[in-house]
Order: sequence, then C-alpha cells, then structure tokens
Amino acid sequence: MSYQWLDTWWWPYVFIAVAGWLATDLWRWLGVVVGARLKDDSLLLIWVRAVATALVAAVIAKLVLYPSGELKHVPVALRLLALGLGFAAFLALRQRVWVGIAVALAVLIGGQLLLG
Amino acid sequence: MTDPIDRPSAWWFFHGVRGIASLPALILMSAFVGFAGFAVEAGMPMGETVFMTGIVWALPAKVLLVGSIIAGASLPAAFITVTLSSIRLMPMVASLIPEIRSHRTPTWLLLLLAHFVAVTAWVFTMERVKDIPREHRAMFFAGFGMTVTTVNMVLVAIVYSTVSVLPAMLAGALFFLTPVYFLTSIWASSPHRVVHIAMIAGMALGPLFHQISPGFDILYAGLAGGTVAFLADRLIARRARSAGR
Repeated sequence: MSYQWLDTWWWPYVFIAVAGWLATDLWRWLGVVVGARLKDDSLLLIWVRAVATALVAAVIAKLVLYPSGELKHVPVALRLLALGLGFAAFLALRQRVWVGIAVALAVLIGGQLLLG
Repeated sequence: MTDPIDRPSAWWFFHGVRGIASLPALILMSAFVGFAGFAVEAGMPMGETVFMTGIVWALPAKVLLVGSIIAGASLPAAFITVTLSSIRLMPMVASLIPEIRSHRTPTWLLLLLAHFVAVTAWVFTMERVKDIPREHRAMFFAGFGMTVTTVNMVLVAIVYSTVSVLPAMLAGALFFLTPVYFLTSIWASSPHRVVHIAMIAGMALGPLFHQISPGFDILYAGLAGGTVAFLADRLIARRARSAGR
C-alpha cells in the first residue's frame, strides 16, 4: 500500500490524508482534550510546556544533524558552527530573532563559499 | 478611545490576520519556499504538494511525509513515521488551549482551530496573547492561523509553478532557516526558565536518543528532556525560596 499502489488520481490524496492529516491532527485533537482539563498556572501545565519545548528542541537538533534535501551536502561541522554562532549572536544582541537568523545564514553561506 | 474589550470579534479576527506581516510569518513563508523547492526536487506533483501544505500544516511532518513517499514506504509505515514526529503537537496544543479559550469558547471551535497549530502559530500566539482580552483570543488565533495557512498554500503553488529548481545553496539556506528560527523564537518568546532548560535538554538528548532508538528519538528526548527541565526548575525555585527565607 505505497504511494504508487493504485494508479488513480485520488489514491495519493487518500495516502496524504491518512499518513499526513490524520497522523498529525490526531495529536492536535488530543491536545484540545488534555488542554481543556489544565488550569492556567498548574504544575502539570508547566510540565506539559516543558515536554512540548523539549520535543521541538529534539526536532531542531535533528534538522541540523540529520537534514533532508540540499542541506545534506553542507558539512555537519559548518551546520553546527552556523547554529552555534547564530544563537550566540542572538543571546548577545538582546535576543533579537532576526540577528540570530542573519548570522546563522551568513556563516552557513559564507562557509560554503570559503570551502568552495 | 474604545476599550479593547468592547471591540467586535471581527476586529480581533483581522488583528490576527495582520499577523501575516510579522517576522515569524515571513520566516515561515521563506521556509515554505524551501519546502516547495524540496517537493519539486522529490517529484511530488503540485496538487498533492499544495493539498499537503494545508492539510498537514506542520512543516517537519510534511518533510517526513515526502521523505517516506519517495522512499516508497507503505501507508502504515509512513503513518507511524509522521505520527511519531507529531506527538509534540499534543503538548503544544494542550499548553495553548488554556491561554486562548474563555469559559464560553465551544469545544468544537477549539478542535477546529487546533488544526492551525504548528510551531510558528504556537510561538506567535504565546508571545502576543497576553495583550489580547481573553474573550477575543480564540478569534485572534483563528485570524492568524487561517491566514498564514492559506497564504502559504498559495505561496507553495506559485513557487512550485515558477521555480523549477532552486539553486543548491539557496535551497540549503532556506531549509536551515527553520531550526534557527525555532530555537531563537521559542527562546525569546518565553520568560520561563523551565522553557530554556527544556530547550537545551531536548537538543542534547535528541541526537543521543537517535543513536539508541532512531524511530522514537524525538518522543524519548521530549519526555526525558521536558521532565528533567521541569524537575530542575522546581529544584531551583525551592532553593530560591529557602534562601530568601
């Protein structure tokens, strides 16, 4: 039952609806059910927020260390350096998001140009 | 001047719509330009790519879905991959709901609005919601979420049909935007120490669990990192309290 399983126009859409939409909105709906029971300032909410942040943090690390697409061809050391310097600049300059992004992209692109 | 609370719901909806001109929305749009390039490269047809943008919405989930499709994965395998990477949406929605609902917000509306939750909408709303009167927060979120989703669907269609192949260095840079943006915006949007500890713990544990259990790495790193951060935060708070006595 792969993406190419049925040679009809609608099968890819069914595939995306099940493996994409259902697979993500299931968790969103569950989040509504759980969130409706959480008090504004409860300890449980703090824990839930910490877990949500750590999950995104793991996605960040994965996007940088094990990327898909063109980023795969950039050396991993350069990717880590770009993220590290971007984050350092962000912290140093009053936590401005655009500063972090500008520095990280400058290091990523500059590094590739230097490496040839 | 009218009191903000007396402004009609439509005003707050459009206040959310105006969020399309914010830095988070612009960065997300750049990331979607990168995604459209990735979809072209992967050989995904345009209709499916636009459909996916609206119906899946979360960017990491879509990247994994396209990855599974080009790897020839079966439907159950693709479902498991995408669903494991999307567990984070549950605590994200769960922590957002107490912020945006009032006692009058119906559950069906929250279920509908939850679809528009992904990292950008979460960060954007958590950051700004304090300045919105509680009874109008759901409307504000609806305006922002629906606009950003629709605009990105159109953007993906335009990029897909005009740019056949993105230059390699640009495509790489657009992909790199997402992690840097996630890291800095979540950090800046939260004054809570627990969020900062969780961010560091999750980033450290993610690669570690990837070595141990690649399929469940994000889930384990999130649960372990979040719990460690929660406990560390409680410990620091208790120390500060006893020191202040």
